[in-house]
Amino acid sequence: MADLNRSGGPEVPSTNKTLIAVAGVLLAIPIVALLWVSSYARETPRLWGFPFFFWYQFLWVFICAGCTYAAHRLVLAARPPEAGSRGDQEVDR
Amino acid sequence: MSALVPLAARTEVDWVALSVLIVLFVVVTVLGFMASRFKRGDTLDSLDEWGLGGRKFGTWVTWFLLGGDLYTAYTFVAVPAAMFAMGSVAGFFAVPYTIILYPIIFIFMARLWSVSHRHGYVTTADFVRGRYDSRILSLAVALTGFVATMPYIALQLVGIQAVLDVVGLGGGGNWFAKDAPLLIAFVLLAAYTYTSGLRAPAVIAFVKDALIYLVIIVAVIYLPTQIDGGWEGIFGAAKEKMAATSEATGKPTGSFIPVSGQMWAYATLALGSAMALFMYPHSVTATLSSDSRKTIRRNASILPAYSFVLGLLALLGWVAIAAGTQPIGVDGKPNPQLVIPQLFEDSFASWFAGVAFAAVAIGALVPAAIMSIAAANTFTRNIYQEWINPKATHAQEAKISKIASLVVKGFALVFVLTMDKQNAINFQLLGGIWILQTFPVIVFSLYTRWFHKWALLAGWAVGMVYGTVAAYKVVNPVTGKHFGGSLAEIPGFGDMGYVAMTAFAINLVVTVVLTIALNAAKVSNGSDETRAGDYFADAGDPRVEKDKAVREQTGGQEALPE
Repeated sequence: MADLNRSGGPEVPSTNKTLIAVAGVLLAIPIVALLWVSSYARETPRLWGFPFFFWYQFLWVFICAGCTYAAHRLVLAARPPEAGSRGDQEVDR
Repeated sequence: MSALVPLAARTEVDWVALSVLIVLFVVVTVLGFMASRFKRGDTLDSLDEWGLGGRKFGTWVTWFLLGGDLYTAYTFVAVPAAMFAMGSVAGFFAVPYTIILYPIIFIFMARLWSVSHRHGYVTTADFVRGRYDSRILSLAVALTGFVATMPYIALQLVGIQAVLDVVGLGGGGNWFAKDAPLLIAFVLLAAYTYTSGLRAPAVIAFVKDALIYLVIIVAVIYLPTQIDGGWEGIFGAAKEKMAATSEATGKPTGSFIPVSGQMWAYATLALGSAMALFMYPHSVTATLSSDSRKTIRRNASILPAYSFVLGLLALLGWVAIAAGTQPIGVDGKPNPQLVIPQLFEDSFASWFAGVAFAAVAIGALVPAAIMSIAAANTFTRNIYQEWINPKATHAQEAKISKIASLVVKGFALVFVLTMDKQNAINFQLLGGIWILQTFPVIVFSLYTRWFHKWALLAGWAVGMVYGTVAAYKVVNPVTGKHFGGSLAEIPGFGDMGYVAMTAFAINLVVTVVLTIALNAAKVSNGSDETRAGDYFADAGDPRVEKDKAVREQTGGQEALPE
């Protein structure tokens, strides 16, 4: 047990704080947008018969995926995985 | 192919649909048994192998596993049923819930993966144990996970039961004949989970997703074209039904679009569910079984595809309104949970209805298996091994896990039999009330040790008690049963909100106040076996490899905190 605790090695990797902050904002956008229900709880304008309330939320599926993916790339850039660990390669696709 | 004409209560079994359902089920079962060979290690007789698939799953397998985990009878039966019966506040919140879920897990899941990978944690209770050296706090987390999983599994059983009911099984006079579909569902589930562990659902998840996508594509393209006026007509019919006055309550039946006074309900249901989901043992299991830190985050950006599908399925509840579907069970009573299977039965040729039923049933079976395995892992590691038999061997652990997975399913069965299943989505919301109370212990602790372990425990206890009492007090106006819903007035605020979030807020206040007091009194906060760098460890980390070697030399016992 004690041996596990003492095993040393590198600590927190160096981090680009600005990029992390930008990623944080990107992640916050969909959360705020969707929890602000009164901003979209209405019927018009309609799209293909769908009231605004419904198609607007469907739209956020894609916006959110985009934001999350962008945040993923930003975090990777901000904190490059250590050489030698498998995270620095493109693991199985 | 019959048009969308409502049928009276069925008295006959649809043999074609039933045959197709059985054939597909057999195929899946065979796959489940063969699955024990998939990416297998040396033996299934260890918890890491049986319960985490040896931690070897990459992006795609993890994607299917998480999908199989998150999109369940909840998606196919409970959400559309809620839409059908009560409208968008009760059902459509699932869409924002499953969207904001991903940014939320993106933020903390990678840290949990890393620290777990570094220290060999399999459950969140393991992590709490290591972080605070507190057996009690770890027990609280483990027990909550175990208990909260039960209603969620119960929801899956309701889903399978709904399909069997619509096919025409069950009914009859005595209780055994009446509950036969449920018992069949239960036995099926128990049998194959027991043999293959996590590998079974991972393999079956592929089949399940293929079936589900096939059925969904056909359903969402074909069904609306059968309604006069297409989507316009569907939304029109839904609006009319939701505005009509309900006989039981004297209020409108449900909500078409949330109105003033319902915004908080909608938002708190979405946020509370999203924060709760990744506290469940099964979600954590699916995440920890991935092979690298990055896999999780990449998944967080592709998983929303499921949310789109979920939204379309939710709207099928309203397609059923426009189609005039009558969800009446074999026993002759109306049951909104039957609405989607009944819609399929009415609108599809029998053979395709069979395929659709198989999709729903397998779609409930896979997550139920994953959930019971995960709850069992938690029981074995954090309750059995920690409190009952600390010297358990790997083989003993695997055996206890298998038995525990049966026990948790047994309790789920009790939930279904005793509680109001008219509103099955409430099972999931009830589980959410409990599991969300572990959020501060787990997620806050990933970032800081400022919170005091006794304060976290007290906050958890207060949240659990408040949440359970508040949910008990919600009486279903139609059936008069307690635990009739998960929305209650937010104290001192007036609007309705999800009980889980109110309990969470109270939990938080208690935790913060007591933390300040305990820190001021300089009460020891336990010792921490993790280090800052552990929260960034990735696969192949040299420290992890070194520790693994130590664990293997000492027969595995060193891997666990003492």
